[in-house]
Amino acid sequence: MELCDLSAFELAGLIRNREVSAVEALESALKRIEQVDGRSGSLEAGEITPEDEKKVHAFITRTEQIARAEAEVVDRKLAEGVIPGPLAGVPYTAKDIFNVRGTLSTAGSKILSNYEAPYTATPVARMQKAGAVILGKVNLDEFTHGSSSESSAYQPAPRNPWDPSTVPGGSSGGSTAAVAAGMGQLSLGTDTGGSIRQPSAFCGVVGLKPTYGRVSRYGLIAFGSSLDCPGPVARNVRDAAMMLNVIAGPDPSDSTAVTVPVPDYTAELEGGVKGMRIGLSPDFFKIQYFNHESGEMDEEPISAEIKQAVEQAADRLSEMGARIVENVPMPHTKYGIPTYFVISRVEVASNLHRFDGVKYGYRTPLAIEDLDEMYRRTRAEGFGAQPKLRILMGMYVSAAQYSAQYYQRALKVRSLIRGDFERAYDPDGEYRLDALLTPATPTPAFKFGDVYGDTVLMQYADQFTVTANHAGIPGLSMMGGLSKERLPLGIQLLGRDYDEAALLRIGRAFEVATQDAPWRKEKPQVLAGLA
Amino acid sequence: MTDEITRELFDKLVDLAALQLEEEEAEYIRRQLNSQLTAIHELAAVPLDEDTPLAAHGVPYTLNTSAPARQDEHNPFPRPEIILSGAPEEEDRYFVTPEIPHEDLD
Repeated sequence: MELCDLSAFELAGLIRNREVSAVEALESALKRIEQVDGRSGSLEAGEITPEDEKKVHAFITRTEQIARAEAEVVDRKLAEGVIPGPLAGVPYTAKDIFNVRGTLSTAGSKILSNYEAPYTATPVARMQKAGAVILGKVNLDEFTHGSSSESSAYQPAPRNPWDPSTVPGGSSGGSTAAVAAGMGQLSLGTDTGGSIRQPSAFCGVVGLKPTYGRVSRYGLIAFGSSLDCPGPVARNVRDAAMMLNVIAGPDPSDSTAVTVPVPDYTAELEGGVKGMRIGLSPDFFKIQYFNHESGEMDEEPISAEIKQAVEQAADRLSEMGARIVENVPMPHTKYGIPTYFVISRVEVASNLHRFDGVKYGYRTPLAIEDLDEMYRRTRAEGFGAQPKLRILMGMYVSAAQYSAQYYQRALKVRSLIRGDFERAYDPDGEYRLDALLTPATPTPAFKFGDVYGDTVLMQYADQFTVTANHAGIPGLSMMGGLSKERLPLGIQLLGRDYDEAALLRIGRAFEVATQDAPWRKEKPQVLAGLA
Repeated sequence: MTDEITRELFDKLVDLAALQLEEEEAEYIRRQLNSQLTAIHELAAVPLDEDTPLAAHGVPYTLNTSAPARQDEHNPFPRPEIILSGAPEEEDRYFVTPEIPHEDLD
């Protein structure tokens, strides 16, 4: 086994004990990138070749020089007997929505294509302090606006390591594809409507959306400010817990980062699920989506394979002593996407007004008359279709004459969505859940181009993840099996405010229960036949 | 809630958003907006009480969970030249823009 295929926990232990060096770990990751990633995303990609279609294309910017310097510092400290941070020498990537001083921070958009961040985002700064080694900035949907990573201005877009003809999901598709393919043990992603959990499900890795406010948003290029959550992408639950230990906690630079104490998320990992109450809700076993042909909302069952994976997970957890509580009503789940269509758009319209070609980023090279024309040309050339669409929707639904019927109404429905979870978790209520167990996505990864362009259908890929963002609660997505097409099937655990520890503990118990399952032995297609 | 974003309204929104769209892009975006609006109209079916609270965020913020307000202190960025180096156009430590539309007062 290559060093890049070890878990972060194993690798950090070997480096700490000086059995391998941080530079050796870095070399292993760099070799894997050369083997499977192909060319990095670019604004002038030209034609996508058949060779491109076999590669992962996780990266926009590789930061080998920075990584080498960071790895050498770790090795030097170890040689001097200094105890390094908990992730010392562990290679990771950051979604290109995090500002990192000295790197391009593009958000996958032409409008930030020349933007070098003057400062570093808090979650990245904490990874640096913990000794982790940054391999680069990874691709995403433009400004995180999508569920497939296809909308990036930087092409080729990332592909799913399990089958490169399918999407890795999004918007943290570069993060999850990189982790699945061995290009860094960890990645920093962000989740606004499911953007960590949905691609983690598609790529067969562990993705954790922490409680809103658990991890600082300082230095994150904002999408939906009341919804955005930075969080870990990892290959297993322990690694996700280790990474959350590092990035969680209050931050003077983000007043929404809470002061709730951060526990050691690894401490109770092996505690098992005996006596825990885990709910199943029928409202997470059907999808409702807008049918263009009929103009109506259609209701359909989810993929039978995903349903079976969730049921089998419930069986395994029950065998380990958890109490499975069935028929938990979550009646407002079906309004999650329409509510998101309103709230996230209002917030993003506000956040994207700052990109105007004056202080940083792209400015139109055309000869122009005045400031107004410069704004228009710059934004017309710099933004792709998705940000433009979202700005316009946000302005429409928050306009004075429409706000009551759309924005205000959506904020009230958000209260009802939150209420569903409060009833399910109420310690004095009927269900008294520690967590809900649901599918992470309605289907496994879809083919490139199959959904892209239909923005309504694309958004419905987030139907089971988005309600956690409205409610602010934490969610963990992980692999629960493999489809007959050999694509990962994602299951999701949704928890109480600030109780990430319970989700990690249940997730770890599920890993233990399935450690001998045949699907656990399977590897992504792009890794087949590597030397 | 059966509004549709007409071409006229759409053009107004584009103007307010400081955007310019090619014809083909405008048609695609307007079509998508109206599709999304049809999905948003589902919210009309949700029974709401007068006193259902507006949720500006999901998790409640209390005194026990919120960071104290920072002191109102001037804390300048140590090296403003780094910020200025990212400007599309800069002169004498000022951001330079094209002519700002204005009317001369008598």
